[in-house]
Amino acid sequence: MATTATSAPRTLGRRRQTSSLSQERRRRRGPLLPALIFTIIVTQLPFIVTLVYSFFSWNLLRPGSREFAWFENYQEVLTGSRTWHALLVTVMLTVGAVLASVLVGLACALLVDRKFLGRGVCRTLLIAPFLIMPAAASLLWKTTMLNPVFGIVNWVLSPLGVGDVDWASSYPLFTIILVETWHWAPFMMLILLGGLQSQDRSVLEAARVDGATAVQSFRFLTLPHLRQFIELGVVLGSIYLVQTFDSIFMITQGGPGTATTNLPFELYQTAFRSFDVGEAAALGVIVVILTIIIATYALRVISRLFTDPVVASRVLDVSAYRRNEEVAA
Amino acid sequence: MSESRMVGSSRLSGTMLAALGWAAALLMFFPVFWMVLTAFKHERDAFTSPPKFLFEPTLEQFDAVLSGGLESALLNSLWSTVGSTVLVVALALPAAYALSIRPVEKWTDVLFFFLSTRMLPVVGAIVPIYIIARDIGMLDNIWTLVVLYTAMNLPIAVWMLRSFMSEVPTEVLEAARVDGATLPQEARKVLFPMIAPGIAATALICVIFAWNEFFLAVTLTAVRAQTVPVYLVGFITSEGAFWARLSAAATLAAVPVLLCGWVAQRYLVRGLTLGAIK
Amino acid sequence: MSLRFGLALALLGALALGGCTWAGAGGGTGGGTVTVAIVANPQMRDIQELTGEFEREHPDITVRFVTLPENEARARITQDVATKAGQFDVVMIGTYEAPIWGRNDWLTDLTKYARDDRAYDVDDLMPAVRKGLSADGKLYAVPFYGESSFLMYRKDLFDQAGLEMPDKPTWTQVADFARKLKTPDRAGICLRGLPGWGEQLAPLGTVINTFGGRWYDENWNAQLTSPATTKAVTFYLNLIKEAGEPGAPNAGFSECLTAYTQGQAAMWYDATVAAGSLEDPKVSQVVGKNGYAPAPVEETDWSGWLWAWSLAIPKTAKDPDAAWDFVSWATSKEYIRMVGERLGWERVPPGSRLSTYEIPEFVEASAGSAEVTLDALKTIDPNNATKDPVPYTGIQYVQIPEFQDLGTRVSQQFAAVLAGNTSVEDALQTAQEEAEAVAEDGYKD
Repeated sequence: MATTATSAPRTLGRRRQTSSLSQERRRRRGPLLPALIFTIIVTQLPFIVTLVYSFFSWNLLRPGSREFAWFENYQEVLTGSRTWHALLVTVMLTVGAVLASVLVGLACALLVDRKFLGRGVCRTLLIAPFLIMPAAASLLWKTTMLNPVFGIVNWVLSPLGVGDVDWASSYPLFTIILVETWHWAPFMMLILLGGLQSQDRSVLEAARVDGATAVQSFRFLTLPHLRQFIELGVVLGSIYLVQTFDSIFMITQGGPGTATTNLPFELYQTAFRSFDVGEAAALGVIVVILTIIIATYALRVISRLFTDPVVASRVLDVSAYRRNEEVAA
Repeated sequence: MSESRMVGSSRLSGTMLAALGWAAALLMFFPVFWMVLTAFKHERDAFTSPPKFLFEPTLEQFDAVLSGGLESALLNSLWSTVGSTVLVVALALPAAYALSIRPVEKWTDVLFFFLSTRMLPVVGAIVPIYIIARDIGMLDNIWTLVVLYTAMNLPIAVWMLRSFMSEVPTEVLEAARVDGATLPQEARKVLFPMIAPGIAATALICVIFAWNEFFLAVTLTAVRAQTVPVYLVGFITSEGAFWARLSAAATLAAVPVLLCGWVAQRYLVRGLTLGAIK
Repeated sequence: MSLRFGLALALLGALALGGCTWAGAGGGTGGGTVTVAIVANPQMRDIQELTGEFEREHPDITVRFVTLPENEARARITQDVATKAGQFDVVMIGTYEAPIWGRNDWLTDLTKYARDDRAYDVDDLMPAVRKGLSADGKLYAVPFYGESSFLMYRKDLFDQAGLEMPDKPTWTQVADFARKLKTPDRAGICLRGLPGWGEQLAPLGTVINTFGGRWYDENWNAQLTSPATTKAVTFYLNLIKEAGEPGAPNAGFSECLTAYTQGQAAMWYDATVAAGSLEDPKVSQVVGKNGYAPAPVEETDWSGWLWAWSLAIPKTAKDPDAAWDFVSWATSKEYIRMVGERLGWERVPPGSRLSTYEIPEFVEASAGSAEVTLDALKTIDPNNATKDPVPYTGIQYVQIPEFQDLGTRVSQQFAAVLAGNTSVEDALQTAQEEAEAVAEDGYKD
């Protein structure tokens, strides 16, 4: 059945042929409202309070010190070298971890998409890293896995001539990226697996019959289909990985020096070491603004998620409706 | 892919791929396995050089963890996780519908808004949240966590479900509509079964995030609403040895989520109904 | 359609509101419950085990605990007390917080409570600790356990190498021992390197003091690049590099404890409470092989830090009398006896009372560490810890609110030195600048 973009709304709305534009609009918005209203109430209230606090100079440890301070906090945060260094670390960490976890997740998803003996168990094992509480997992990675003397990684690598490498001190950023990738690859795998499952098998079958190799079939059929899921994984994963905190807190404490201090950790230090609520709020607001800028660029320029033709075709065709109404009038 | 059509060489590559799959799974799982193993050790065996694979096992770590008040933490975690996930799915499914199948005009803006609510690091907003909760008298109350976890997971649920829903071909939905189905019927009989793997993946991810959430829980709860992660972290001491005990606590804390993972992955099975509809 | 959803939302809202009242909303607890926030150390776990006794003696009081690791506990407790949220009736804080919070009027003054309770015997509290928990003559917290620092060493390894630990070792001597006892598989000495004002700076702070250095001079000029402080920090960091443990930049108390109890270190300079774990067969492989010496000195007569995990009652506590009942029970002589008799003498919370050290079973079970600990606690003086005068109190810290942040940032620089990322001079220079900024901001005239 071939439907054109302009006739789709008319077909889908066939039950109520006399529906007006505003009625259709309301009908479409209805299902969205509960989630939207809930989110606005619960998330914007704290954000507004944070914004307000960012204009006050307020140190929790000095009672009675709360006073209006205009943009002092922002000045402090933006001119301090700590903020920019933390930004650099955040970018390196996020890019590294997102790339690595997408690759590993994709590989794992492809491997368990097929049917084989014990696939269910295999899948559950692969999801396991994502299930363990991040704080506990990070701590155990630091000590039982990566400790130079007692850790199992060095023990396993010792036949290869690797000595007592102090992973967390000598390669701090690499260590954090490793632990985060281990934690997030299952997340990517879940999304990509969902995407692989929704693939049309008959098309793949037809390609196989036509003589396409597995690699070709992957490159020209699966990968394009997966593109939107990979983008979804990257977008969602990035939002979470920008906020990496547990592993840094447990393994390197932002160090050595400030080698692994990212923006959330810098925020934590401001909020819970100096207890400077105003400055922490300002830093938080700046993080939001930066993330919005980058996300806007990524989503509207690079990603195809927002230019999805399928969804775009289903959007209300206002002109068709107006034409309808003219005809009816 | 019908296995019966495989020729000799592809069966070999099939076995190799299966072996590769198992190797990947075991490698990823190894740190978890090591943690579980450590949970059965005495502290003096937990952290040795070289690492001990053979040792005298003990259940005393589990005993200590279980006798410290785990039950109430478990109940609280269950309540906050199940409650928030049910809410999330209930709110996100219609929202995703309104963003993919019968989209509102400003769907890209709405999606972006949802995403933006996740951009403020919790650490930055924690004092404001604490003070708001204090002022409305909702400190140490499990409903606070339910509401906050729902808001925390809603964006990702909306994004994920929307992605899966946009995969559903328009023809299929129209076919159902032509057959005279109303919207709820259309949803239940056609839409949800088709995106069942997507719903399973989304629900699982929401469960995991809610179950393991630590920062909001530790700040907003005290004795009544304490959740499992807060309970677990109490085993990390600064002036003692605790690796085995922490491993036991982390193992116990992971069991319920592991069960959920096992259940959910069974839904991640190849397109159940797509072929049936066609 | 949207009407139905609107109704569902309203129902949800009503449920939530109803749930509020059902779950007994409202900050804090009421009706005879005392909520205690404690740090997750082994001795504190014991209080939880024995609380049944207290509840039996006081049938109208129920005690509930919130247990968190040190960092999280401190953050959570500070947040609660500073914003007066009233979630906790009793909080566990240290000698650093008690005077500051007392002066902020956040804590109930316990002087009268302690004095009126004859059985409590407030004069039995370790004097240095008691002084450390008071401000302007008022007692703001009572100690649960107190500690100083000392040197733990492997007697058997010393005998093997023909070395002898003097009664009052100096750091020069200790460094010499460490270099001699270092082997490829074993550190000569384990010293904390993990960043943190309470981690790395605790031992390093005492080393700075005993080398004649200090954080600020009388006019609040930062002294981190002074010759004495430079010498102290260089000595400490070099000793770790030459004869210390691998993974030093991330080694805190727990890592050093593991290293030492697994036989991977010949000496360990750290908290006196470590002795309990050293002599615990479930934890340690070196039970009975340990000697204990006082904190090494260099240019001062004594060294060693002062710390006490103590219980305080925030002003927001709903029932301060009930809270005091619990606090006095947990820090009483009877409690100490109870722990010893029921759970074992090595688990007794040390360093809080003088009378503890007169219990023969306790002293015996300590395998020699009790005497050294008592000596240390009797000698240390937070008002006289440095060679030259200083405008602040505190031995291993500077008792100003900004020190949590300043100390941590400075220690991060030193950890970077250990990781080979920067030189001692650069680290000290950065530290000096940070310290100067703090002084400029609030202390210099």
